[in-house]
Amino acid sequence: MDNIGAVLVVGAGIGGSQASLDLADSGYKVYLLESTTSIGGVMAQLDKTFPTNDCSMCIVSPKLVETGRHENIDLHINCVIQEVQGEAGNFKVKILKKSLFIDPDRCTGCGLCGRKCPVEAIDHFNEGLSTFAAISAKYPQAVPLVYAIDKDYCIGCGICEGLCKAKAIQFDREDEILEVNVGSIILAPGFDEYIPDAANLYGYGKYKNVVTSIEFERILSASGPFGGKVLRLSDGLIPKKVAFIQCVGSRDCTGNSQPYCSSVCCMYTAKQAVIAHEHMHQIKPTIFSMDVRAYGKDFDKYILRAKNEYGVKYIRSRISSITEVPETKDLKIRYETEDGQILEDDFHMVVLSVGLNPPKDSKDLGEKFGIDLNEYNFAKTDIWNPVQTSKQGIFVCGAFQSPKDIPETVTQASAAAGCVNQLLYSQRDTLIKEKTLPPEIFVTGQDPRIGVFVCHCGFNIGGFVNVPEVTSYASTLPNVVMADHNLYTCSADTQIKIKEIIKEYSLNRVVIASCTPRTHEKLFQETIREAGLNRYLFQMANIRDQCSWVHMNQPEAATQKAKDLVRMAVNRVRNNYPIEKLKINVTPKTLIIGGGVTGLVAALNFANQEYETYLVEKEAELGGFARHIYHTLEGGDVQAQLKDLIEKVKSHKNIHVYTESEIENIDGYVGNFKTLVNHGSNKEKVELDHGVIIVATGAKEYKPKEYLFGENDKVILQSELEKQMATTDNLKDKKSIVMIQCVGSRNEEHPYCSKICCAEAIKNALLIKEKYPSCEVTILFRDIRTYGFKEKYYRMAREKGVIFIRYDEKYRPEINPEDSQLKIEVLTPRKDIININADLVVLSAGIVASHEENKKLGKLLKVPLNDDNFFLEAHVKLRPVDFATEGIFLAGLAHCPKTIEDSITQANAAVSRACKILSKEFLEVDGCTAEVDEESCVGCCVCVKLCPFNAIYKNESGTSSVNKVLCKACGLCGASCPENAIKIHHYTNEQILSIVNSCNEEISNGV
Amino acid sequence: MAFEPTILGFLCNWCSYAGADLAGVSRIQYAPNIRIVRIMCSGRVDPIFITQAFLKGVDGIIVLGCHLGDCHYMDGNYEAEIKMAALIKLLKMADFSERFRLDWVSASEGSKFAQIINEFTEHIRKIGPSPFRNGALENGLVDEFKAITNSLSDNRLRALIARQRAITTKGNVYNEIIPKEEFDAILNTAIYDEFIRNKILVKIKNKGKSVPQISKEIDLEPHLILNHIVELRSKGLVDVEKIMETVPLFISTN
Repeated sequence: MDNIGAVLVVGAGIGGSQASLDLADSGYKVYLLESTTSIGGVMAQLDKTFPTNDCSMCIVSPKLVETGRHENIDLHINCVIQEVQGEAGNFKVKILKKSLFIDPDRCTGCGLCGRKCPVEAIDHFNEGLSTFAAISAKYPQAVPLVYAIDKDYCIGCGICEGLCKAKAIQFDREDEILEVNVGSIILAPGFDEYIPDAANLYGYGKYKNVVTSIEFERILSASGPFGGKVLRLSDGLIPKKVAFIQCVGSRDCTGNSQPYCSSVCCMYTAKQAVIAHEHMHQIKPTIFSMDVRAYGKDFDKYILRAKNEYGVKYIRSRISSITEVPETKDLKIRYETEDGQILEDDFHMVVLSVGLNPPKDSKDLGEKFGIDLNEYNFAKTDIWNPVQTSKQGIFVCGAFQSPKDIPETVTQASAAAGCVNQLLYSQRDTLIKEKTLPPEIFVTGQDPRIGVFVCHCGFNIGGFVNVPEVTSYASTLPNVVMADHNLYTCSADTQIKIKEIIKEYSLNRVVIASCTPRTHEKLFQETIREAGLNRYLFQMANIRDQCSWVHMNQPEAATQKAKDLVRMAVNRVRNNYPIEKLKINVTPKTLIIGGGVTGLVAALNFANQEYETYLVEKEAELGGFARHIYHTLEGGDVQAQLKDLIEKVKSHKNIHVYTESEIENIDGYVGNFKTLVNHGSNKEKVELDHGVIIVATGAKEYKPKEYLFGENDKVILQSELEKQMATTDNLKDKKSIVMIQCVGSRNEEHPYCSKICCAEAIKNALLIKEKYPSCEVTILFRDIRTYGFKEKYYRMAREKGVIFIRYDEKYRPEINPEDSQLKIEVLTPRKDIININADLVVLSAGIVASHEENKKLGKLLKVPLNDDNFFLEAHVKLRPVDFATEGIFLAGLAHCPKTIEDSITQANAAVSRACKILSKEFLEVDGCTAEVDEESCVGCCVCVKLCPFNAIYKNESGTSSVNKVLCKACGLCGASCPENAIKIHHYTNEQILSIVNSCNEEISNGV
Repeated sequence: MAFEPTILGFLCNWCSYAGADLAGVSRIQYAPNIRIVRIMCSGRVDPIFITQAFLKGVDGIIVLGCHLGDCHYMDGNYEAEIKMAALIKLLKMADFSERFRLDWVSASEGSKFAQIINEFTEHIRKIGPSPFRNGALENGLVDEFKAITNSLSDNRLRALIARQRAITTKGNVYNEIIPKEEFDAILNTAIYDEFIRNKILVKIKNKGKSVPQISKEIDLEPHLILNHIVELRSKGLVDVEKIMETVPLFISTN
C-alpha cells in the first residue's frame, strides 16, 4: 500500500498549529482537528509569557491567522475522533464533526447574534469569570471567527436567526461524519489543568478570594473580565497582599493530586506575580514554594528580577492551612518555615498554582489510536525519540507527552513534523492543490482606474455608518470609476462579483472598505489576483473594527470618518504599483556543524529524506558530550545508543562526515550557502554548497576552580564518578560520598541553571545505593530541579536513604582535608552547622558555552549570542530553533543546557524547519522589500549595521544592496538612511505621505 | 461649531493596530477624531512623516508600537523610541511637542488603546487647532517647521540617530560602548546646531542677508550666526551673494 502525503493533526493549540504549519509548508496536506470551536488553545488565554513578558496574543495571533488561512490546512472545529484504522503510511480516521447550528461557511463572525442573545451563559474562555451569550465565538480574536450555538444553554428563542443577515443560523444543522486518509498522525491535545477536589485544603470553591492560576491569568489579561485590573472576587477591590501557592496538585501523592512535577508552574507563578505588580503597583506578591524550578534558558535571571526589581517575596514552605476571615473575606495562611517556625499571615487574595494533568480523554485517545500511555496517563515515549508514540506513524507533541512550556511544545511540534517528513518525504506535493492563476494584467503607465467596494457587514457597519452615502462619496473621488456596496464583501458570491466588476470596468486598482486588513487583506488580494491584478494594486479601509464598532453612538461622525478612511485608501492605492515575486534556487543539501548526538540525529533525518548532508565535527571522533554519559536517569544505555547512531551516520550514503574540521568561511544566504572547511590534520580545504545550516556545536562541562578540584584527588566531577562506576570497582570501599550541586551554575559568573545536574546527581546516587547499599550518599543542593516525571527518581532517592541537605548560596559548603578523609561543613536551613566526613566529594559541574568558538562561528554566520554565550534563537517562545537569519537553525547544547532527550527533539525540530526550505525547488519570495537606490547611496553602511535580519550588505561597488530573500520589509532602514536612499516597496515615503496628506479634506489645503 | 481636532495615528501592524482592532471587537467606544495609518513596524516611521503631517494642518499625531521587547522585527520599536525622542527635541524648539505622543499598545490592550486615544484627543482639543490649519502663518512658525523637516532629512542627524542604539549598548567600531549621557550630549548639540543652520538656510533661501540681519531674525548672537555660516559655507550650502560696502550678504545656494 502506498504512503499517503497527508497528515492528521489532533488538537489545534500552539503545538498542533505549529506542526500543521511546518507540514503544510513542506508540501503535505494537513487535516487539523480541534475539539472546541476555535484554535489557539491555552496560549490564547494567557496574558503574558515568561521569561520575556511578551504579550501572548500579540505573538500567537499572527500564527493562528496563518494556520486558519493556509491553503494546505483543512481546519475542522468541534470535532471528536471516532475510529482509527491502518498503519504507518496509511491510516483511515473517522471523525465526528459536531453541529455548530451555524453554517461556518456563511458566518462572517460579525457577532450580532451573540450581542442580542437573551441567554447569558458562562464564558469558558474567561474561566467562568464573565458571561457570554449562548451563541458565541470562543474569544474576540478567535480563528476561525465563527460563532456557535451552545445547545446546553440555548433556549431556542430563534432571535438570532431573524437577525443574521448572512443567513448562517441553521437550527436543524446536523452532525457530520468526516473520513480522512492520512500517512501519519500527530497528537497534540494539550493538557487539562488540575482542579482541586471538594476536600481541598486550600478552600478553593469555598472561599471567593481563592482562585486558580488560569483564572488569575484571565484576571490579568487586558482582554479579560476586568480589563486587566487585578480585582478580587469577593468585593471587586484591589488585593494588596496576594499569596501564590505552588505545587497545587503536583508533587503530591494525596487526594486527586499528581506525584510528578508539572514543570511550568514555578515560572508562570513568578510571571503572574511580576505582571500583577506591574499592572497594579499596590500589589505585593508572596510566593509559597518548595523548590524553585527555574531550569530553562534565562529562567533564573527572571526569578532574580522578580525578587529584586518587583519585590516578589519567596517563602520556602508547604502551607498547612488556609482559612477565611469571615468579616473581611481575607485569607489566613498558616505555614511552617524551613527553620521550623509555625507562622500565620493574612492575605487579600490567594492564587493556586495548579498543575498540568493529562487531557481528560487521554485514555480514550490512547485506545482509539492504539498508543501506550505512561503511569500518569500521558503518551508514553522513549528518550531516544521523545515524539514517537508506541505506534509507528503516530507522533505526539506538547503537554500530552509531559507537562511543558510553550517553547518546548513548539519545539516538539516541529520535531513531530520532522519525524513525519522522514516517513512521508516521498509523498510530498502529491495531495496539495497547485493553483493556476491567469497572467497579470499590465498596468504600468496607465491612468488609475479605481473600484471601491464598501461593505455593510450586515448590520455591523451599515447599522452605524451610512454606507450608501460613503459609496456615493467614493464615486466622486478622482480616478474612481466605480463604487458599490455589498451586504458582505467577504462572502464567496461577492468575491465572484468583484472579479466580474474588475473585468467589466477594466479596473486596475481596488479599494475595499470593510473590516481589518489583518484578517482579510490576503483574501481580497487573492481575489484581485484571480482577476489578473497584481496583489499590491489593492488597499483596505478599516471602517468596521476601527470605525463603526467604536463610534456606535455617533453615526454622523462615524460616517464622516468612514469617508475620510475611504479617501485616504483611494489616495494611497493611486500610488500603489505592482510588485513581482522573486524566485530563487534552492540547493537541496545541508550542512550540520557539530557531530554530537544533536548533529547525528539531524544528519540521519536529512539523509533518510535523501538530502545530501555534510556533517562537520572539530574533534577526531563523533559523539560530543554524550561520550561521557553512560546511563540516563531513566536507565537507558547511552553508549550503546550512541555507537549505533554513529555507525548509522558513518555508513549512510547521503552523509559526508568531516572530522577534525573547522569552518573557515560561510558565504551566501538561505537556499544558497557556500562554506569553506579546513578538513583533517593537514587542513585540506573543502568547499561545500548547501541550502541550510544547522548549528549543533554543543557546549562544555565546567572545570571547577572551587572546592579543591584539581588539588585533592578525592574531589571529582559527576562525569568521572559515572565513568568509574561504569568501568571500575573503585567505589567499593567508600563509606560516605558527598555530592555538591550547582558548581559553576547559578552564580555570578554563570547566572543560569545547567538543568541536567540534579538528575545526574540523583542518577548516580541511586546507582551507588544499588551497588553499595551501605555507602552513605549526601547531596548538598540549592533547589532540587527534577522537573516533570523525573520527580519520581527524587522520591525514590529519598526512599533509598539518600540524604538531601539544602545550603544557601551565600554560605557555600566548605571542604577541609583531614587525614584520609574530607570534612565538609554545611550550614543547614535550620541554621545548624553540621560536619560530614566523606571519602569522596563529587561536584555537579554545570554546562558552559564554548565562548570563543561560539563567538567566532556567530560572526561567520552573523547570528547573535546571549549574555551567557549560548546562541540566541529568533524568538524565545515561538521560534525556538530558528535564527532570525533565514536558513540557519539551532539545536542542542549550543542553545542552552539541556538533556539528551531535549537535544534530540531540537535536532528533529530543526530538520522540520529546514524542510520548509529544502522541500522546494524554488523559494518564492515576496518582492515587497527594501531596495537601495545605488545612485544616492554613499556607502555609509548605517543600514547594514541596523538591519535586524542581516539582509543588507555592502556590494562590490561599495554601496549597500538588499538581499530580498532575507528582507522582512520592516522599513527600519528606510526610516533611518541618512541619504534617504532606501525605498520600502509598498510602504514608500510617497505612499505613506499620500495617506497623511489626505487625512482631512478641510485641512488638506494646509501649508 | 466646536473645534474637532484631526488626529493622525501611525500604528504598527502586529501590536497596536491589532489592539485598535480589539477595541472594535470589544465595542469599546472612543473619540472618532483619529485617522489611522497602518505600518508594519513603528521603526518605519520616519520623523519627517510627522513634520509633513503637521505642516498639512493635522492637530495631533500619535505613534503607537509594540511594547519594548515585543517588537515583531526584534527591536524596531527601540529604534522608533530613539527617532521620536530626537523629533520631540526638535518639536520642542518650535514649541510644538505637546501635539505629539509616542506610546506602546499591545494586541490585547483594546481598552488601553481607547483610553490613550480619548486622552490624547481631549488634550489636543484643549490646546486648540493647529496654527497650520487653513494656510500659512506670519509668525515664522512655517520657517521653523521647514528647518525641523530639513534637519530631520539631512544626513547628519539621521546618521547619529541611526547609530545611537548600537553605539550606546553594543559598542562602536572599536568595541567601545559610549555612555548614553555622553552620546546624548553629542546628539543634542547636533540637533541644536542643525536646527539653527537649517533655520538660517530658510531665512536666506531667496534673499541674501547680513549676519546682523540674520541674528535679529532668529534671535541669536551674531558671532554664533557667523560660526554657523562658516560651517554652512564649507559644506557649500551658503555663498556670498554680494558685498554692500562692508556688509557681505549671504544666500543659500539651494
